[in-house]
Amino acid sequence: MAILEVHNVTMKFGELVACNSISFNVEEGAIVGLIGPNGAGKTTLFNCISGLYKPSGGNIFFNGEEITGLKPYEIARKGAVRTFQVVRPLKDMTVFDNVLVGAFLYSRENRIAFEKAYECLRLCNLEHLKDKIAGELTIGGKKRLEMARALATNPKLLMLDEVMAGLTTTEMKASVEVIQRLRDHGMTIMIIEHVMEGIMPIADKVIVLDGGVKIAEDVPASIVKNEKVIEAYLGTKYSKRYREKKVERTDGGAYT
Amino acid sequence: MVSREKKLKIKDISWLTLVLLLSVLPLIPGFTANSFRMHIMILIMLYASMAQAWNIIGGYCGQVSFGHSVFFGIGAYGAGMAVVTYGGTPWLGIIIGMILAACVAVIISYPCFKLSGHYFAIATFAIVEIFNRGFLVWDWIGGALGLDYPIIEEGLKNFMWHNTKTPYYYLALLIFVLIFSIVRWLEGHRFGYYMRAVRDGQETAESLGVNSTAIKLTAMALSASMAALCGSFFVQYNLRVDPPMVMSLDTSMKFVLVTILGGSGTLAGPLLGAAVLVPLQEYTRAFWGGLGGGVDLIIFGLLIIIIVVKQPAGMIGILQYIQKAFKKTKLQEVK
Ligand SMILES: Nc1ncnc2c1ncn2[C@@H]1O[C@H](COP(=O)(O)OP(=O)(O)O)[C@@H](O)[C@H]1O
Ligand SMILES: [Mg+2]
Repeated sequence: MAILEVHNVTMKFGELVACNSISFNVEEGAIVGLIGPNGAGKTTLFNCISGLYKPSGGNIFFNGEEITGLKPYEIARKGAVRTFQVVRPLKDMTVFDNVLVGAFLYSRENRIAFEKAYECLRLCNLEHLKDKIAGELTIGGKKRLEMARALATNPKLLMLDEVMAGLTTTEMKASVEVIQRLRDHGMTIMIIEHVMEGIMPIADKVIVLDGGVKIAEDVPASIVKNEKVIEAYLGTKYSKRYREKKVERTDGGAYT
Repeated sequence: MVSREKKLKIKDISWLTLVLLLSVLPLIPGFTANSFRMHIMILIMLYASMAQAWNIIGGYCGQVSFGHSVFFGIGAYGAGMAVVTYGGTPWLGIIIGMILAACVAVIISYPCFKLSGHYFAIATFAIVEIFNRGFLVWDWIGGALGLDYPIIEEGLKNFMWHNTKTPYYYLALLIFVLIFSIVRWLEGHRFGYYMRAVRDGQETAESLGVNSTAIKLTAMALSASMAALCGSFFVQYNLRVDPPMVMSLDTSMKFVLVTILGGSGTLAGPLLGAAVLVPLQEYTRAFWGGLGGGVDLIIFGLLIIIIVVKQPAGMIGILQYIQKAFKKTKLQEVK
């Protein structure tokens, strides 16, 4: 069953069409990658799904229920939670308290919420930083905090917007493992990512945007062979290496 | 490293000790029933309570309101009307005042919360003016003449005592403990975390399922009803009220400045702020009153400027700074 259905979603900013009649489905329990060059409209699409923007056109269904134009908190309460590409730590609160705010969506009871927060801190490797003020974390720490906080809400659909950018190789590998583990527990995950090594091996499906238009939607193995995608985004280098199974590039660089 | 739970316990124990000390204060010679010192202690408790009420919405929830004198005034008039106009006890008036203040707060904040940051603050400024003018011409509540209390039988039933300040002190202490306990409870529960999340990033909070409008309105209603409670205490202690006395920018500023001076968004900040500002204000007034009431305000203003420029976290920030410096020297000694 599709947990998320996006039908002809369009988002305009004045003359600029950031998302142009985009449609796709996300199956329950899947990991779906969303890739494309900078400015392709990936973040805008997340903003539409999560309710931050009201789409200029189209409909979005979550769990069979229309959520188009609902408030962000209403959508989060239904179980679709996102992270922000430009990190937004609750600056004056500690790392623990940041995650706790998320965990209070999981349970309003202190004991359960505290446990959930600890669990997510451990999962995202932030336990030793829990008493630090969130605004003082490094960028890598803030990225992991974004993920821990969203996770703590125990979402059905987790939307990750470039959580691996700026992470070290080890941190990135850990994130990939975490994401896989979450999927194994039944969570549905959408990932926007430029780091192909982070996304290609774990995605069940990849959607490619370019200039606000969906140019491809397929399994990773086919995406890397897709001429349109190679031309618009991947470049021949990555695609060749992927086919030669040499996808060990680990410097975290972006293919833009 | 002290664990989180232990830290909280230490915090609560220090609070209980403080309350205990404050409750035996009238037994100490020098704090006799009618002394100036007793008057100052009552004002400290009142101002700390006012500041803590404001702290809920202004400090924890981050919505800087200059409108709290309106709620303070509504509370004062609630009690005042019950006693002066209806010749009854003030208690029912106090409760009605608190409820009315919460309702008024919700009605005026709802449109104002759609404004962001500074515009919210400016809108609340305007509301004080509107209420002040409205009350001045409203005959039913006494207009510009205000309400003067008759001399009635003293005791708890009438919330009035003639020859001793001690009962007033205990009631102020009770209000102080009530408001501080509410805030202490909020600090440790979901609502308190949500308030701070809204303060630090409204969109972020919403993305995590927080209905920020509901949080702000609830915080505002709670804050306003507590401000009203302080207002009714004020009128019972002062035995007179007129619009400029309560519904003025002056009074509003006191809510804001005491909190900011002490440290907004912290539990102890309002008490610290009041403990410094009240004696300063009252003693300068007593010594330099002849210069024409302005000296205390000048000192008040200077203090605020220094704090805002040098230590935006308020006196709590200064204390933490000293604590840190102290720890550092200790560490060096160990080495
Ligand atoms: N709030 C906004 N107002 C105006 N233009 C926007 C806004 N948000 C995004 N855009 C524009 O929409 C396009 C897509 O942006 P975005 O979704 O952030 O791309 P991506 O995440 O794929 O890099 C860009 O041209 C960007 O400038
Ligand atoms: Mg983006």
